[in-house]
Amino acid sequence: MKKTKTKTKTKTKTTTTTKEVANKCSVQFLLNDQKVSIEAPSNITLLDLLRNQLGVKSPKCGCDVGDCGACTVILDGESIRSCLVLAPEVHGRKVVTLEGIMKKSEGEMSELQRYFLNKNSFQCGFCAPGIIVAATDLLEKNPHPTREEIVEGLSGNLCRCTGYTPIIDAVIDYIKQKS
Amino acid sequence: MEFSFIGKPAVRLDGKEKVTAAARYVDDLDFGANLLYAAVVESPHAYATIKSIDTSKAEKAPGVVKVITGKDFPYKFGMYMQDRYIFAQEKVRFVGEQVAAVIACDAISAERAAKLVKVNYDVLKPVLKVEEALTIEGCNHSTSEPILIHPELKNYEHVPWFFPRPESNIAHIRKIRTGDMDKGWAEADHIFTDTYTVPRYAHCAIEVHAAVGLYDFSGRLTLWTASQSPHTQRHLFAEALAPLGVAHKDVRVITPFVGGGFGGKAGVSMEILAAALATTVRGNPVKVLWNRAQEFYNTYQRQGVLAQIKVGVKNDGTIIALEQNLYWDAGAYVEYGANVVNAAGLSASGPYRIPNLKIDSYCVYTNLPPGGPYRGFGYSEFLFGLESHFAEIAKKLKIDQIEFRRKNCIIEGDRLAYGGKMNPNGLQEAIERVASEIKWGEEEKTTTKAHAKNIRTGKGISLFWKAPAMPPNASSSAFIKFNEDGSINILVSAMEIGQGFLTVMAQIAAEILSIPIEKIRVETPDTDRNPYEWQTVASHITWGTGSAVLKAAEDMREQIFCLIERALGKERKDLYLKAEGVRSHSDETFHLLYKDFVISGIPMEDGTFRGGPILGRGSFMPEYTSAKSNPETGQGGKPNVHYTVGAAGIVIEVDTDTGKVTIPKVVMAVDAGRVLNPDLVKGQITGGVLQGLATALYEDMRFDDKGRLLNPSFTDYKIPTTLDIPQEIVPVMLEVPGHDGPFGARGIGEHTMIPIAPMLANAIEDALGIRIKSLPLTAEKIALHFQLHSHKLIANDNHSSL
Ligand code: FES
Ligand code: FES
Repeated sequence: MKKTKTKTKTKTKTTTTTKEVANKCSVQFLLNDQKVSIEAPSNITLLDLLRNQLGVKSPKCGCDVGDCGACTVILDGESIRSCLVLAPEVHGRKVVTLEGIMKKSEGEMSELQRYFLNKNSFQCGFCAPGIIVAATDLLEKNPHPTREEIVEGLSGNLCRCTGYTPIIDAVIDYIKQKS
Repeated sequence: MEFSFIGKPAVRLDGKEKVTAAARYVDDLDFGANLLYAAVVESPHAYATIKSIDTSKAEKAPGVVKVITGKDFPYKFGMYMQDRYIFAQEKVRFVGEQVAAVIACDAISAERAAKLVKVNYDVLKPVLKVEEALTIEGCNHSTSEPILIHPELKNYEHVPWFFPRPESNIAHIRKIRTGDMDKGWAEADHIFTDTYTVPRYAHCAIEVHAAVGLYDFSGRLTLWTASQSPHTQRHLFAEALAPLGVAHKDVRVITPFVGGGFGGKAGVSMEILAAALATTVRGNPVKVLWNRAQEFYNTYQRQGVLAQIKVGVKNDGTIIALEQNLYWDAGAYVEYGANVVNAAGLSASGPYRIPNLKIDSYCVYTNLPPGGPYRGFGYSEFLFGLESHFAEIAKKLKIDQIEFRRKNCIIEGDRLAYGGKMNPNGLQEAIERVASEIKWGEEEKTTTKAHAKNIRTGKGISLFWKAPAMPPNASSSAFIKFNEDGSINILVSAMEIGQGFLTVMAQIAAEILSIPIEKIRVETPDTDRNPYEWQTVASHITWGTGSAVLKAAEDMREQIFCLIERALGKERKDLYLKAEGVRSHSDETFHLLYKDFVISGIPMEDGTFRGGPILGRGSFMPEYTSAKSNPETGQGGKPNVHYTVGAAGIVIEVDTDTGKVTIPKVVMAVDAGRVLNPDLVKGQITGGVLQGLATALYEDMRFDDKGRLLNPSFTDYKIPTTLDIPQEIVPVMLEVPGHDGPFGARGIGEHTMIPIAPMLANAIEDALGIRIKSLPLTAEKIALHFQLHSHKLIANDNHSSL
């Protein structure tokens, strides 16, 4: 995930002045393969829209400014930080969260998730949804990444607990078993 | 001992919830349409008198329900010393301190209205360094009388083991005196003196602090908090709000999963706001959610320390005397931080046998954010100076680093600084294992850019120790209940903060009751339902809560045997538990499964039943500890239950041009007493090592000359990413069982980051011949030191000012 790509987007949320009443906009998009149509304030982020308007709680807020990756979701096939995207921007587009990844595996954990589970990859688990989405996206684009590529690919997701090794090792084990 | 579940890896009990995002953290919970949001008005000054607060404009702003100021809550609170108010009263004492709060229908309205609250201040000159807060011998500071931050210090209530100095900025001094210092200095062949400094650090759990409070019309106060301390919170909420008529039984704290703690979510910090504010909007839940910046400047921070160390040694390297003055920058309120100062003072000899000791650990008020618990609880801080200093001494005496530590390390039965005896431990073995793992004494070949002229290699080691810092009566308890199918629920109030505590509790019960882990559920606590636990801190949970769970499981076993004896006439001595049921030594055919009687009872011939639901109960308190001691010498009590010890070693490569450090290998040997789950111990090691490396290499809280934190974001306060991990971390787990604790286990969670900074500093010295005496050891600092050193611009001893 390239952090810089999405980080340049200006966030109007904080610049709205007191007098302005937040404009509502209607957003239609595909969320985890399901059509969603919702009226939302036009200055909220995709993260806010998902969590607080749509009740999709897997993306977490660790910083709200694009630094931590806890809010990672897939937008039109690219993993992005949902705290840096405004809700109206997703109109007509496709958003996939961790829930969507499990939906694809018939409501079960994906194979990759199973590896994270069996490796005890996570501790507090707060970073887990973001990291699993980022790793899923990475493997979609590059099914046989090297260790360096995995490290690089997950470098935008902060985890304070694990020291990352058990996370990286789970991805490597998963790839090994695949090939 | 043969175990079925202890010492075996297991898939974490909470693993599935966490990888599927079913796990819920406070901000994931739904509170309904009447949820209100609070935003705080923060002090822009480090030290100022509040002249007036005008809330009129904010009150009229759209969406606003209420504006609350210090007038509404003139109540104090605090963990070990009541020096803190819910909202600032006459004075503000750090930048970011809460002065008022706005409650509104949505978060944005609350934030906007908070900006409309007008506070008039008389700005005072802040005290931003310990050197300014007191008169310290040997420190450069102004000669004028220090400004007092808490003139009312003498009136503050505190625990009996604190010794504040009224009319000064010293909230507590922990003194240790053993042996005879004069004799020690006289007997020493050499005396080495130096000063080391450690800055403040932030915990940086990825989940920010969050709390929701609801005060309903029946008088019930419920809090949902991201906390390591639900029962302590309940107690402090009830105490602080007692003037409103709130009692313990009316307060309920529910703690769902916590997204990382590291000490930052221990005790009570911002959560008091949710409790207080909820009482002003009865019937409406109100949410207080910190943003990342607030997470940096208005929760606990790890305290900075200035350490003056003087050591006397014999020619053969025997340490004979140690004098250490630790000046802790404890911040504006020390209700929790003063105990860090205390714990560090008690143990500042490090894991060494030193006959003559003089330690003064000063808790110093400054106008920086409140200090508090952080993984390591003061030990990482003092160990940086101590282990760096010992390495220097060994080098000057031309004694091998490992040999120096072999010679002086503490062993079982040695006298501790406060008088007790050192517990059985594997420190010597740890030293040997680390030495052999990093091939101590052998030349390291550069692994990456072999032969490059600007790459130097080095090795460093450090010993470590830590005791749980707890009040002598800190306790844990557990209930275990059977379900119809023979599965069990364990009810405890320790917190799963990532360490894997739920899993370990299940393993302990599984071992006693012979029930597979898959049939055990352990949930995060609710103080209404789950029995008492002091707090999830001090790495004491495996040991303390684990002991309570063990007792509860044994209690169930007792009840089961009693029942079977009574109902079936079997002799209880003949019975044992196996494969989810009861067996008999003498009758191999006897196998009564739990599911057939633990709820439904045992049917008798006459159609009646014997028994009833089996419920286990266990309590644990270490009845052998005491904090009572002579304030002038620290002698007389037994403040610590035991020490967990270990050693760590590192191999590094340093680029002499850029100062960049790469790390081929780290070895961490820790004596866990008993390893209950090797996978989880390993997890603590890989996580703790990286967290330690980050504090050693680049993390650093920077304040400006007005006391404002300059880097309250992950952009400016860098924490490690996947790109920053060492190439290899070798965990070494040792087992010298303790006299108590489940199967002899001790905690190891905090310990894994404690030796990292001095170990790294020692490796840098080994590689480049430079001794850096202030953390962090940034690339810039290393390169600069090296340049100056190699151009002989400074003597090696004399560049701590950098
Ligand atoms: S919450 Fe979006 S990157 Fe941190
Ligand atoms: S597991 Fe805690 S932040 Fe990653």
